Amino acid sequence: MVACYAENNIATVGEEQIQKDRGLHWIRIERYWKTEWPKPRVLFLPLLCQHCDRAPCEPVCPVFASVHSDDGLNLQVYNRCFGTRYCANNCPYKVRVFNWFKGEFPEPMNAQLNPDVTVRGVGIMEKCTFCVQRIRRARQQARAEGRDVLEGEVVPACVQTCPTGALTFGDLNDPDSLAARLAASDRAYHLLGFIDTEPSISYLKGLGAESG
Amino acid sequence: MARLPNWARLPRYSGGPTRGLGQEAVPEAERQLAYEHQDERHEPGAYSTLQDAVADGTIEDVPPTEEELARMDAALDGIVLRSMTRVGAGYLLLAAVLGMGAASLFGAWLYQIFAGIGVAGINRPVFWGFYITSFVFWIGVSHSGTLISAILRVLNVEWRRPLTRGAEAMTLFSLMVGALFPLIHLGRVWKFYFMIPYPNVRELWPNFHSALVWDLVAILTYMTSSALFLFMPMIPDMATARDRTTGIRRRIYGVLALGWRGSQQQWHRLHLAMKVYTIVIIPVAVSVHSIVSWDFAMTTNEGWHSTIFAPYFVIGAIYSGVAALITVLIFVRRGLGLQDYITKFHFDRLGLILLAVSVIWFYMFFAQTLTNWYGGNPVDRELEHLHIFGAMAPLWWFMVVVNVLLPFFTLWFKRVRRSLPAMLVITILINMGMWIERFLIVVGSNVRNHLPFDWGDYTPALPEIIIAAATFAMFAFLYVALSKALPFVSLWEVKEGWRLDKWRTQGIVEGETEPAQEPRGASPPPSENRPEEVPA
Repeated sequence: MVACYAENNIATVGEEQIQKDRGLHWIRIERYWKTEWPKPRVLFLPLLCQHCDRAPCEPVCPVFASVHSDDGLNLQVYNRCFGTRYCANNCPYKVRVFNWFKGEFPEPMNAQLNPDVTVRGVGIMEKCTFCVQRIRRARQQARAEGRDVLEGEVVPACVQTCPTGALTFGDLNDPDSLAARLAASDRAYHLLGFIDTEPSISYLKGLGAESG
Repeated sequence: MARLPNWARLPRYSGGPTRGLGQEAVPEAERQLAYEHQDERHEPGAYSTLQDAVADGTIEDVPPTEEELARMDAALDGIVLRSMTRVGAGYLLLAAVLGMGAASLFGAWLYQIFAGIGVAGINRPVFWGFYITSFVFWIGVSHSGTLISAILRVLNVEWRRPLTRGAEAMTLFSLMVGALFPLIHLGRVWKFYFMIPYPNVRELWPNFHSALVWDLVAILTYMTSSALFLFMPMIPDMATARDRTTGIRRRIYGVLALGWRGSQQQWHRLHLAMKVYTIVIIPVAVSVHSIVSWDFAMTTNEGWHSTIFAPYFVIGAIYSGVAALITVLIFVRRGLGLQDYITKFHFDRLGLILLAVSVIWFYMFFAQTLTNWYGGNPVDRELEHLHIFGAMAPLWWFMVVVNVLLPFFTLWFKRVRRSLPAMLVITILINMGMWIERFLIVVGSNVRNHLPFDWGDYTPALPEIIIAAATFAMFAFLYVALSKALPFVSLWEVKEGWRLDKWRTQGIVEGETEPAQEPRGASPPPSENRPEEVPA
């Protein structure tokens, strides 16, 4: 989460706003209690934009601020967004977050802003982009060198920073990539698959005692 | 032999001339009759006892003469135009208070624009709160005016005549209030024009897949057409106002009257245009609230995506609209001194419509709730539990009591429908209930979703409360302010009603029996412009 904040210039909103459910987390770890106190067992569900192929957020935006890219990303056009919040209402995963106020980056936080990423203003929607700036940079690099993007060349901040390797990122269109192989495995499932939004993200069913 | 007084003909033609005529205008025998029946005035009961007397032959049923009709016209014009031109201290005070209320809406809105939309209480996952609730509510209220007026016109309901103008004005004013909310709720309202398909260098269009764009189109269409629907039948009244006023008013009304001279061709065109327009506007009105409901029904959210939403919202809109119309008419009747034209009979009939609509609404509500519950979807179950037994139970039960039980157990009774204080309380309660119903749909469905970690809560913040409350002041302010500019009774339609009644009665009598013609001969023949004013 911190890596995501740092990479994507996400504004911190402070304790008071967090208590009002107004945090701007692009990825959040949802905690579900499998057993209650005194022997609590917590399940973690990292939830970020699922980049659905049939994304419910896209058709409802009146101004095409929520659009699909040719490589399957679900993009948010910040300049175009004027804040109806209809997309967020229609998102089954509730992963879209809204800039209720103007984001502030007090000194010295402003020094670490990522120059590749827009700082969002007040009144617009934002969400996980799969670190689109990294994807685009790798793609340009590859194009310049006249080749395809290589496996492992693009790593979003969350995947890069996860110490246990719980997250994998890759090209689902390449059947040999690790991500595609995992998504094709028997353990893979889509979160809220019954809504049939065809998410790009697959979760892997756990094995053994500690799993869900 | 005494004559059936004109006020006793009320149910047949809307409104009677008992005021402004001067005592000398009323024959002694008629005055005596009015005295004997004074408690029953405006009561259709009196009509029937007098009808018995007519049947016995003790009272003669003679429609007003041309001369009397002219006096009735003058009295009606006098009352309406006097109320338009006279500005008292009480009026100014009321307008000032309401104006300040309306101004507080813009004050709170400006504060929100400069501070950020976050000053409202909305959050994740309750992205829509009081604003969208108010939006749906006011668009709902706007429904009935035009729809009721149009349906009553199409069905040729005679008693509609003094009510149509007030109803149509209500539509326009509540639309003006309601249409603010899509703007108020925007995160960046200064970019609202992105939604309009204007030509631009990047060839960007609004997304016509989005229900919000349908909404924009529907509301603008409805606003334009209901403004025309208000204006078109007002043209002859503008001419009346032009002819009876002086100075700047005369000039303004002169422009608004569009050169109306009352020629046969003009009347013919007006009637034809109204005939077409009245029928066309009914599907427009129905489509608007269907589209408002699709803002919700088109989503994937539990509690929202329901196929019954469009008719359910339309009926809900008519329900709260009829209730609002009754509330408004009570104030208009009192404020403009229209007691002789908008009578208890009208409230009786509107009360019956309200009763019928409340039953249909309950049917829709029940079907929606039952199918959700029976479907067994866990989120739907959770939502219903929350509404019926959980934190929102007080709201839900209040809604059930005032929107289902209250009208059903009161409006069956004539005495209740004729009692204005009772109707005032009932209709205001119904609209409180309908506001809550919209709140339960907008917010009450958003607080729960598939992932319990993301369940939320909603507490309205001060700017939202101020804005939602100020809309009522703004609506009343528009009414009060424009009551000095527009005649809130359709003068020519009421007059037309009187004449239609007269010709109908005389025509029937003439065609039936020879002897009955005898006394009629005394009254002057129908006026020459009869075919112009009322094409058959």
